[in-house]
Amino acid sequence: MRKRKVAGVRPADFVPPYGATDAISAPTDARAERIEVGVLIVGGGPGGLACAIRLGQLLEEHPEIAERLGDVPVAVVEKGKQPGSHLLSGAVVNPRSLRRLFGDRLRIEDIPNYGKVPGESVYMLTRGSAFRIPLPPTMRNHGNWLMSLSQLGRFLGEQAEGVGAAILPETSAEKLLVEHGRVVGIRTGDKGRGRDGQPLANFEAGSDIVAKTTVLAEGTQGHLTAAAIDHFGLHGQNPQVWALGVKEIWKVPRPLRRVVHTMGWPLRKSAKFGEFGGSFIYPMGDDHVSIGFVVGLEYRDVELSAHDLLQEFKTHPKIQRILTDSERVGWGAKTITEGGFLSLPSRFNAPGLALVGEGAGLVNVPRLKGIHYAIESGILAAEAIFRTFQPGEAPTRVGALDSYDASLRESYVWKELREVRNMRQVFDKGFFAGSALASAMIVSKGHLPPKDFATESNAAAPLLRTGRAAQYPPADGKFTFDKLSSVFASGNRTRDDQPNHLRVRTSVPRDVAEMWTWLCPAQVYEVGEDNGDGTVSVKVTPSNCVQCGAISAKGGRLTPPEGGSGPEYTLT
Amino acid sequence: MAPTLVFLEHHDGVLQQGALGVLAKALSLGGDVAGVVLGAGQAVAATCGATVYVCDDPALAVPLPQPRVDALEALVAQTGAETVLFAASVLAADVAAGLAARLGAGLNWDLTDLRLEDGDLIGTRTAFGDTVVVDVAWKGTPRIGLVRAGAFEPAEAAGVANMIPFDATFQGFSSLAKLVERTHEESSGPSIEDADVIVAGGRGLGRAENFSLCEALAKELGGAVGATRAVVDAGWYPYSAQVGQTGKSVSPRLYIACGISGAIQHKVGMQSSGTIVAINKDQNAPIFDFADLGVVGDVEQVVPKLTALLRARA
Amino acid sequence: MKIAVCVKHVPDATAQKRLDASTFRLDRTGEGALNPTDLNAIEEALRIQAAHGGEVVVVTLGPAKATDSLRKALAMGVDRSILVTDDAAAGSDLLATSAALAAVLANEAPDLTLFGQASSDGDGAVLWAAVADRLRRPLISQVATLTIEAGTVTGKRQTEFGYDRITAPLPAVVAVSDAINEPRYPSLKGIMGAKAKPQAVLSLADLGLGADASGEAGSRTRVVAVAPPAPKAGRVRIDDDGTAAEKIVAYLIERKLA
Repeated sequence: MRKRKVAGVRPADFVPPYGATDAISAPTDARAERIEVGVLIVGGGPGGLACAIRLGQLLEEHPEIAERLGDVPVAVVEKGKQPGSHLLSGAVVNPRSLRRLFGDRLRIEDIPNYGKVPGESVYMLTRGSAFRIPLPPTMRNHGNWLMSLSQLGRFLGEQAEGVGAAILPETSAEKLLVEHGRVVGIRTGDKGRGRDGQPLANFEAGSDIVAKTTVLAEGTQGHLTAAAIDHFGLHGQNPQVWALGVKEIWKVPRPLRRVVHTMGWPLRKSAKFGEFGGSFIYPMGDDHVSIGFVVGLEYRDVELSAHDLLQEFKTHPKIQRILTDSERVGWGAKTITEGGFLSLPSRFNAPGLALVGEGAGLVNVPRLKGIHYAIESGILAAEAIFRTFQPGEAPTRVGALDSYDASLRESYVWKELREVRNMRQVFDKGFFAGSALASAMIVSKGHLPPKDFATESNAAAPLLRTGRAAQYPPADGKFTFDKLSSVFASGNRTRDDQPNHLRVRTSVPRDVAEMWTWLCPAQVYEVGEDNGDGTVSVKVTPSNCVQCGAISAKGGRLTPPEGGSGPEYTLT
Repeated sequence: MAPTLVFLEHHDGVLQQGALGVLAKALSLGGDVAGVVLGAGQAVAATCGATVYVCDDPALAVPLPQPRVDALEALVAQTGAETVLFAASVLAADVAAGLAARLGAGLNWDLTDLRLEDGDLIGTRTAFGDTVVVDVAWKGTPRIGLVRAGAFEPAEAAGVANMIPFDATFQGFSSLAKLVERTHEESSGPSIEDADVIVAGGRGLGRAENFSLCEALAKELGGAVGATRAVVDAGWYPYSAQVGQTGKSVSPRLYIACGISGAIQHKVGMQSSGTIVAINKDQNAPIFDFADLGVVGDVEQVVPKLTALLRARA
Repeated sequence: MKIAVCVKHVPDATAQKRLDASTFRLDRTGEGALNPTDLNAIEEALRIQAAHGGEVVVVTLGPAKATDSLRKALAMGVDRSILVTDDAAAGSDLLATSAALAAVLANEAPDLTLFGQASSDGDGAVLWAAVADRLRRPLISQVATLTIEAGTVTGKRQTEFGYDRITAPLPAVVAVSDAINEPRYPSLKGIMGAKAKPQAVLSLADLGLGADASGEAGSRTRVVAVAPPAPKAGRVRIDDDGTAAEKIVAYLIERKLA
């Protein structure tokens, strides 16, 4: 047997002194000061807004119930400037749940879109060449629609307002309010604090918003979702894991007539690197394409950088051809929840609380889809919440929201996720072994391989160094870009003198500090002085942050900054 | 051709250079050009070497815009002027816009150049942080143009002016606003928004103390000191000096960037500066892509020497 | 005391701005926001209201999407909004825009009309003076501090040469600079209450303005061409061999910069 090399440091050993339960508190505002709403939804993404829309529809049909819910029956808090500001995805959308949400009220054609998927191909890349490979069954996109999730979010926000929901933008959900074992709402974040936390002249304190039921639809790396899972003991079988996607929007002179996915280069196949991911290139009408690169965050190389992988990827001749004479018009980054079925929370409700969408882990990684699951779960949660308002029912009854879990487990979402439950985990074994197992899984509808694979948290993998960064192309400002100009392209113009919302240890081994600087697509972290004790200092520029959430997977923690901060995505 | 009038702003008995620059430009385009001096003794107007209309009514004694609109309205009626040009200033902008409304005339502003095309006046202005150049024209007359400060150089040697006094009647509402106090705040130098010259420092200065190099150079040039976000973040310099996306947008005639890499977040706040000089050790710094004069060198060496040379000249 | 604040919905500062190739108009199809200095004017209006009572109304001329910006003003505490929106108003220059705003203000007859100094899209930076002239009201612009007392407004006006204190009887028009205050954040209750506040939407016809007074027909300026800027000539690059300082001085003298 070969001798094991000395393992590198593990980011998991350097997590900051911050517990998810720091985000839980009892209400603190005097009772008369609290803002009362019927149902409070945290997060203006597809899951939260579908929930708001479905509730609005049901309450329009039953005004007597709406009456009982007070002046504001349904409210959605959104930390971005508006719904859509922080949304980023491919996106190829399966219209199934949108159809169910709007029924006869709207056609899919009425939703902002770039048409149906016109055709698709998948390539295996090496540095200089590309081999077209048969379409894996999970990646068939026939009948799906090309959309911008950011635009979809804005549209759904308008629809939600149209059926009476109150949208509260630029409002971060800082704490989950729990009283007597029951979620009773949230506390919103303060605004107008200075660098050291001191109130500025225009300080505006956060508020307690109390609700009969609170829905957490925070998307990836949900701040309160993580706290709720801890507090109510809702952990799944496996820890949750994430990937990081970085994407750009390009204005192109020639239309791309198909959806392209690639695997392989510039990622490395060997299992020891833990590099699982690939790219997508989607047309957006005749004159734009969306191009993104996704890499699983269990990777081990200190110098792995999703942003730079995307830049490197663009230099492949196959990709350069698509982007000739083109101009980058947008950029963004976001983590993707990848744990799948085995990482789902043990329950999707707790007293006064429902979890929906990606925050609850409802993403199908082999199919590269989660938007329709978010919408479906939002609808199911809305219907379950509505049932608790029926005569003879009470939202405060223990188990009142169990019907949400039951309906989710009956849904197509559950069936599909279950089928591919080991898909993500088997790729831990390296790309080719993983592919074989994945195929077996599809063919057998999830019956093979027979055992459930365990997975580790992203921060548990020991770091290694291979000089990877030498391969990244230099930024030329036209075809390849550095991180700072990309942050600018994301629309981020966050106030510089806010308190730091990123929790990381500021003295860590050099490998950890450098890993964070490469990890972060927005140049938030920099390596400072050597402390002389085997650690270096970490400098943080929080106003660069685009809230992708990668740091939370790799040993730090993203908490919500002042509402309205962060990127202003419009096309992603 | 009916005359072109150029509003000659004055302060403390001195005609402003920007306005004289516009006068020189108008004269160079040919035709019947005259200056207008409002509310100053004839002595002020005497040296500009052109035909100058002068109105000394007491209503014009203080630098408020609305009585000037009345006076210019009267003069346009009297002369049949087809064009009235202004050099941008706090006062001139208000006068120009008020006059546009009074005369039902078109106003184009922030003009960086003027030219005649088939006898038609065309102005040039830039938009979106100088990333687009727009040619603008007027529909009908009179035309009113507000020219960006410093766009044109005054004529080298002006001669004796041909002065023509005129009278105006003033609207009741024009004299309602009253000046009650003037304060000339003598500060240590111009504010960063008003400065003609800005010497800005970035992380390439190496340490906070090196901002004194920028301060000394700025003092020598009569300018203000700017800073990048990175050094403001690091506490090297106050936020009020921050230039860029989340700081101030400036467009001085001269911008000297010391140890500044030129990230887009900084660039958007200073790219419309007249001339950009960059001093940076890193020859790959993006600022060299848009600096007019790029110096690959150590700011600790170059800047003190530059300051000393300028001081020796003075 | 009734205060009107004229505001503008401008393309988001970070959005890629472009002029429509055929109409030469600013492409306003992207995301927009309230012009940042208008927040200072709104803040000042709310402070005056807090001290003197009365009503604050925001007025804008713009696309239907300007509702988003007006909503923000309402969330900050403004009492009601008036949006003048009309297809015929698109492409309005200073003259046409000031005509529409003056028509609204003539109907509203506020004691004080406030503007924010400078708009971030580079348009209409002198609108207040045109509006004041149309309304025949006294004007104070570039105001860094403002006081209201016994029917008069006094402003400290910042100029290139220092500060002037100027006083005028109400009703008056005042343009404030961003030095005047730090705009508040909308409170959560403000955000929730904004939607229910009165939000009037008027057409040009509602204001008694004909099509010839607005849009391109009512404008007296036009754009004739749009082009990328000519590349800056004479970009110089030197490596310091010990004489860089001398070379910089020579460069500055040659260009009359030193």
